[in-house]
Amino acid sequence: MLIKRTERQARRSALAASLPGQSGSGFDRRTFLRRSGLAAGALATIGALPLATVRKAEAAGPNVAGATIRKNFCTHCSVGCTVMAEVSNGVWVGQEPGWESPINRGSHCAKGAATRELVHGDRRLRYPMKLVNGQWQRISWDAAINEIGDKMMEIRAKSGAESVYWLGSAKFTNEQAYLCRKLAAFWGTNNVDHQARICHSTTVAGVANTWGYGAMTNSYNDIRNSKTIIFMGSNAAEAHPVSLQHILTGKEINRANVFVIEPRMTRTAAHATEYVRIRSGTDIPIIWGMLWHIFKNGWEDKEFIRQRVYGMDDVRKEVEKWDPAEVERVTGVPEAQLKRVAETFAKQKPSTFIWCMGATQHTIGTANVRAICILLLATGSVGGPGSGANIFRGHTNVQGATDLGLDVTSLPLYYGLDAGAWNHWARVWEVDYNYLKGRFDDPKLMETSGIPSTRWHDATLLPKDKVAQKDNLRAMFIMGHGGNTVTRMPETAKAIEKLELLVVADPVPTTWAVLSERKNGTYLLPACTSYEVDGSRTASNRSLQWGEQIVKPIFESKNDLEIMYLLAKKLGFADSMFKNIKVEGNLPSAEDVLREINRGGWSTGYCGQSPERLKAHAKNQAKFDIVTLRAPADDPEVGGDYYGLPWPCWGTPAMKHPGTPILYNPSLAVKDGGGTFRARFGNEREEKAADGTVTKVSLLGDGYYSKDSEIKDGYPQFTYGVLKKLGWDKDLTDAERAVIERIGGGPDKSDGVAWSTDLSGGIQRVAILHNCIPYGNGKARANAWNLPDPVPVHREPIYTPRPDLVAKYPTRPDAVQFRVPNIGFTVQKAAVDKGIAKQFPLILTSGRLVEYEGGGEETRSNKWLAELQQDMFIEINPADAAERGITDGGWVWVTGAEDSAKAKMKALVTERVGKGVTWCPFHFAGWYQGVDQRAKYPKGADPVVLGESVNTLTTYGYDPVTGMQEPKATLCQVRAA
Amino acid sequence: MARMKFLCDADRCIECNACVTACKNENEVPWGINRRRVVTLNDGKPGERSVSMACMHCTDAPCAAVCPVNCFYTTADAVVLHSKDLCIGCGYCFYACPFGAPQYPKVGNFGSRGKMDKCTFCAGGPEADGSKEEFEKYGSNRLAEGKLPLCAEMCSTKSLLAGDGDVIAQIYKERVTKRGYGSGAWGWQTAYRESIAI
Repeated sequence: MLIKRTERQARRSALAASLPGQSGSGFDRRTFLRRSGLAAGALATIGALPLATVRKAEAAGPNVAGATIRKNFCTHCSVGCTVMAEVSNGVWVGQEPGWESPINRGSHCAKGAATRELVHGDRRLRYPMKLVNGQWQRISWDAAINEIGDKMMEIRAKSGAESVYWLGSAKFTNEQAYLCRKLAAFWGTNNVDHQARICHSTTVAGVANTWGYGAMTNSYNDIRNSKTIIFMGSNAAEAHPVSLQHILTGKEINRANVFVIEPRMTRTAAHATEYVRIRSGTDIPIIWGMLWHIFKNGWEDKEFIRQRVYGMDDVRKEVEKWDPAEVERVTGVPEAQLKRVAETFAKQKPSTFIWCMGATQHTIGTANVRAICILLLATGSVGGPGSGANIFRGHTNVQGATDLGLDVTSLPLYYGLDAGAWNHWARVWEVDYNYLKGRFDDPKLMETSGIPSTRWHDATLLPKDKVAQKDNLRAMFIMGHGGNTVTRMPETAKAIEKLELLVVADPVPTTWAVLSERKNGTYLLPACTSYEVDGSRTASNRSLQWGEQIVKPIFESKNDLEIMYLLAKKLGFADSMFKNIKVEGNLPSAEDVLREINRGGWSTGYCGQSPERLKAHAKNQAKFDIVTLRAPADDPEVGGDYYGLPWPCWGTPAMKHPGTPILYNPSLAVKDGGGTFRARFGNEREEKAADGTVTKVSLLGDGYYSKDSEIKDGYPQFTYGVLKKLGWDKDLTDAERAVIERIGGGPDKSDGVAWSTDLSGGIQRVAILHNCIPYGNGKARANAWNLPDPVPVHREPIYTPRPDLVAKYPTRPDAVQFRVPNIGFTVQKAAVDKGIAKQFPLILTSGRLVEYEGGGEETRSNKWLAELQQDMFIEINPADAAERGITDGGWVWVTGAEDSAKAKMKALVTERVGKGVTWCPFHFAGWYQGVDQRAKYPKGADPVVLGESVNTLTTYGYDPVTGMQEPKATLCQVRAA
Repeated sequence: MARMKFLCDADRCIECNACVTACKNENEVPWGINRRRVVTLNDGKPGERSVSMACMHCTDAPCAAVCPVNCFYTTADAVVLHSKDLCIGCGYCFYACPFGAPQYPKVGNFGSRGKMDKCTFCAGGPEADGSKEEFEKYGSNRLAEGKLPLCAEMCSTKSLLAGDGDVIAQIYKERVTKRGYGSGAWGWQTAYRESIAI
């Protein structure tokens, strides 16, 4: 029986009407079919089957024994799976599939299906604790906040505000993330960061510098439209399992080509049509090698490049260097294979490129990302269904936390750190700019990027004069961030000991609590999980989902919003910080925080997603199409919206912009979620030729525009001045004009007020009224002249197994970046001179297991997950194992290239890794250099499974643009224990 | 009446183990007992495939044939269940089962086995549907609530199917026809004496 796709469309709405809650009791036919695991879309074709055999059941729907259903979102990756919790008498008693979600349609991976255990909390931290002479003691919340606050003020007086580091979390809700950034601003420092630093900071920098915004361009669902899919440095089958539902369905329906380019034959590769094995850290040669074939054969999209891309000719020059022989010499990939990948990608479109940590976690992470973007631009594969840069992010809300400025380089929503940015947020917060300025040790540091989380240990340990602020770091305030996810753990251990104050606010104690020999000055504050709070999260596809509190925080744990409020109160700025946010008891209202974000979030289109709209989306999940993510136009509550109002969602909530499901898609009108590349890099650029002549080249779109645009060409970003020139300022209301003129400081001084700083939303509204995009219509950049390598250049890893290539492809020169020195060049040179590659002949790379997440403290404390992965291990090729007398499952010592680091773990002998390559999961901690640290955890709060951290072995290396670490390409040696 | 079956589409299974933890979650299965597990063949090599395995609720179940105390019974939906009150923990069923489904908690010294435990197709046991006793001995009875086993309901890629054998066979056939490949309904010949012809 063949399936007709026309029928599939026709029956979808009928199905939606029968979703749980409305389906009455027992097994009706549709419920049965749906629960058989059939794709919702394909149901219709089963209509003719005899189904009279289904048993009639007596019990009603899911609401057994008076349980109520509450809806929240899984915290373990960025897919955004709906978690349906059955709650009875305030206890989370069961999980049901969230069938209505267009994102996961009931599905979970091991972590999502086990998430209830986190809130049972067998191993959770139960009450605040303090380390007293090496012993954990229970203390009250009041005492903890008082002592922590007093110590912070003491450090502030002695060493300055910059000596306190605020490390936030990708598991925060948007509201918590925003508040954490605001807290740091009120404290007076830009030393505030979170996990994005070590996962996709290079993606955000690379992508934003190419076409405007640092985010996934399309969505998981949209990959159903792709004909060719490349995964490079992404093992989605383990890291984002539910995404594979869309990808494998798309692969089946479109008979799509799926390439996995990796040093390791992953579980994702097992489902690919072709696997390409490369050497770790050679991503740029692979991409340039593909482009070499594409340019040589004329497979590029010439019209797209002409209209929408700046500087592609500069790329051609670099690509010419990467002929097939050189590519094979550096990467190991033969010409015929790479040519096949390149030809398929360029010709069998739509093509999408998916990447994760394998591309980003390198000293050249930003350049890797840029190279991939350029490949997409060259083949015209951005800005339409089935194409795009599909960047899978790692936590529930790492996209949102990045957007909301848990970042040493920016205030919330990418405004940056300049005076204009501070003034914008001062206006939103209704505080005096000079008050904020006065909070900093030095007004210059107010506009200077802080220290990235990858370098906190260096900023603590280096001589004071090497750190470009008043003093070293003296205190770490850590909310929901592992200690074992940052490279060079021997340095971490030393730095933890040197701190005067260490505060960990987390559901579990984490590695921070046990790694060092600290005896005092350490506090553990039990924060609750995201399931115990209300708030919004931004999934990888930029959709915001409002989760509701499933149960009240268990034991003595508290919502991070409350912890931050208590601290702000203690530190004396709660009144001004919470001026426009309602606080009940000590708990700030999540809704009010989101409304404040809306009031200031113009630059990224976080302005339209009011709590009311997001709640309506959560309630009406079933109405959104699984491929387009759009609700029917006539729906009374969410009509025409895209699921989760993916940002940018322009204008005020009242404007009802539907969100943007695919960025830069000119085939839709802006009011329907369309757009163009962002005119972010100026309107024109002066190019100097070799003979000294200067020509001005336009950076605006050339003869292309989004659907129905009244300006039929490129245009700059909208300001009040631009509106006046176009004569469109007459469309502003008096109230909007008054706000704009107040911001500008008078009617004749307001021409510079832009779409991103106009608090009325009027400029955005009027631009969209004329079907123009507020941020302007510009070209994407193949040449990003402000980056260290404007056109990406291959550079060998600091610790490369190919020292012979270092002379030709050296890392960048030493420099001071982010207040600390980056001496990568010196380290690389020393490694070559000392012959490190001979002593440590195996490549060490790291990655994720499906059962665990991040540093793993939370998931290793979950008994259902822990049972499935009980030992830390290293994958090693049978040939390498045989040479060393290593047997599968046997104990081995792995030694690292720095600090005489060593780690004891089990060997997994497998062809998954090639000869000369080893791989470790990065979720383990609790053993350090062979010593079990279980006794150092507070009693009863030790994770079920402990093991060595791979980051004990990882080494030096930092991306010059973002401070990204290098955990994916270093060297090690392995011997049988 | 419907004939309930499991079917794992190995071309979709990514070994994410959602089925395993969903089972733990739904039935409060203790550490050490695995009613369901994912088996990977050719691990790390080209052609790697994974299959999610549990009790297949066989036609003419071999476990029932060897049980010395006759503790097995087949429900009207063809789900194979057993009574823990009758079970003596002898372990014969473990040797008879082609899928390794029976599990035994270790309850004493000298390797003595406790009462056998296995997948119930989320259909509980002999006690009254939805009763506390039933839940404590066998876990959830989703079938009585009009739901299917949670492992299949939560499968990340819709690889594991559970339900009326005819319906899931039809779903599988359509998938294979559409995508042009399929490695077969793993275990069906052994469990149900039939395969899915496409």
